[in-house]
Amino acid sequence: MTTTSVDAAAAAARSAEPRAAAPGAGFATTAVTTSRRTVLQFFRTPQILFMGSIQGALFLFMFRYVFGGAIQTGEGLSYVDFLVPGFLVTVILWSGMSAAAGVAEDSATGVYDRLRSLPIPRAAVMAGRSMADGTLVAWGIFVTAIIGLLVGWRPDGGAGRVALGIALMLVAGYAFTWVFITIGLVSGNAQAAQGMSMLVIPFSFISSANVPVATMPGWMQPFAANQPVSVIINAVRSLMVGGTETLGIGHTTGYWVVLSLVWCAGIFAVFGLLAVRRFSKMK
Amino acid sequence: MPPIIEARGLTRRFGDTQALAGLDLVAESGRVTALLGPNGAGKTTFISAVATLLRPDAGDLRVAGIDALAHPGRVRQVIGLAGQYASVEPAMTGLENLHMVARLFGLSKSAAAAASADVLERLGLGDAGDRLVRDYSGGMRRRLDLGASLVGRPHLLLLDEPTTGLDPRSRIELWEAIRGLVSSGTDVLLTTQYLEEADQLARDVVIIDHGRVIASGTPDSLKDQAGRDVIEVRPRHAADLDRVRDALAVVAAEAPRIDHDTQRVSAPVDDGADKLSAVVRLLDEAQVTSDDIGLRRPTLDEVFLALTGQPIDGAGPDDPTADAA
Repeated sequence: MTTTSVDAAAAAARSAEPRAAAPGAGFATTAVTTSRRTVLQFFRTPQILFMGSIQGALFLFMFRYVFGGAIQTGEGLSYVDFLVPGFLVTVILWSGMSAAAGVAEDSATGVYDRLRSLPIPRAAVMAGRSMADGTLVAWGIFVTAIIGLLVGWRPDGGAGRVALGIALMLVAGYAFTWVFITIGLVSGNAQAAQGMSMLVIPFSFISSANVPVATMPGWMQPFAANQPVSVIINAVRSLMVGGTETLGIGHTTGYWVVLSLVWCAGIFAVFGLLAVRRFSKMK
Repeated sequence: MPPIIEARGLTRRFGDTQALAGLDLVAESGRVTALLGPNGAGKTTFISAVATLLRPDAGDLRVAGIDALAHPGRVRQVIGLAGQYASVEPAMTGLENLHMVARLFGLSKSAAAAASADVLERLGLGDAGDRLVRDYSGGMRRRLDLGASLVGRPHLLLLDEPTTGLDPRSRIELWEAIRGLVSSGTDVLLTTQYLEEADQLARDVVIIDHGRVIASGTPDSLKDQAGRDVIEVRPRHAADLDRVRDALAVVAAEAPRIDHDTQRVSAPVDDGADKLSAVVRLLDEAQVTSDDIGLRRPTLDEVFLALTGQPIDGAGPDDPTADAA
């Protein structure tokens, strides 16, 4: 086929059939369609699916059986009942690391360039990503909770409070996805994103997740007791065990729940804005 | 029919790099335009500006008659982009990938399903539609990626180095797919470092370097601009390459070039036929046996060399498969 005949055919096709501009998908369709991709990516990649769960199970086993015997949680509360609620909250952070890597990879491999070139609201792409990552966090919490039950965890705060504790974890999980989306967008590639996500380690360990804050050195306690992850852990743990009395953290369950929600709202507002602005801006 | 792309005086700087330095370009509707240039010439920056991913520092840019700086959203309704990487999702099937993008272009579920099946068929991926893309070959992924930029039936398709890293057969299949598009009425702007690709696909070739256009026209007219025919010799023994160069230097209008990859020496000459017999005589005197000797028109690479004084980097003239990413 010569170039000229191609051009002639093109002209013919063109005049016969004028094309309409693509209308583009709305906010909800965009968010749902793009989030489906991320969720499928996770559940159809067995390595990721199983590695994440196995990693969580290993850590839970170690704390429960290796360190657990040496950790005093005060009278009236067994270590497993202390540990599992805190551990479930830190699942949010560990899932976040792969979320950040995934966002960075989509940036680096042209997926986001294609999405930015489409007639869709750019903020909806980020909303879709957060929905997907929120779903994956929920999955992680679900799997870890089952492992927790297997190693002897028995939440006895009452069905309503336990349900509230789970709901609070999901809200926090969703809010924190925006932190990791922002990290992924800023970092540029998956490796850098993994590196930057190492920030989760201090937030995960210098917290009330695995040991009572009171056992830490005095200079560390102000951070350990007041950083958002600890606040959320305190709230979830109080709900799961049915009060703050045995925990030595003061205040009421309601106080910790409200403070957690304030933190979540703040994190969502700040990082949601950062991520959407970063993604939507033309280079 | 207004030009599909009209760029005037586009500039864009990244730190110390002037990626676009007053680029003027008009791409006519109804044809393939190839943007040819070495790495760092500004090709991807220009494509990104047309795709509304990037905002130029200065200049005017109209895409399908739409002011791309004032109304980037309207430009997105008429373009399709396939970037340097196949950005399809490995964990989804070919059909699911296309369906997703079709939905994002705003098609209803049923229209998206029909468009996806149709595009897959046209790209020769009909049988592979229900397989996960992670089982696709590199060439199939690139074709699917091309399909993803097509399901919205864009007026203008932007292809950034569509065949980089593909083996020769996949490259030819992708070329066929691109030719098919044009015949169905889509304008195409593609970037390439491969001269053969521009030669094969494009009616208009725009050569850019250091962020500005240095020449444009049909492949033939560009070759005419370089003016001179080329004598090319392939000695039987690589050890003779230098002696061949010395022989060619006697008759050549410019210094001969040795391509060590293909073991060829080439030099532009005036009055090609006379010089060819002189070269045969000189090689005979130098006792060099040749496997191949001939007179040919300049390649676009030589055009590029003649225009810029330097070869296109990354890939040799006869080596479009080299991975120059």
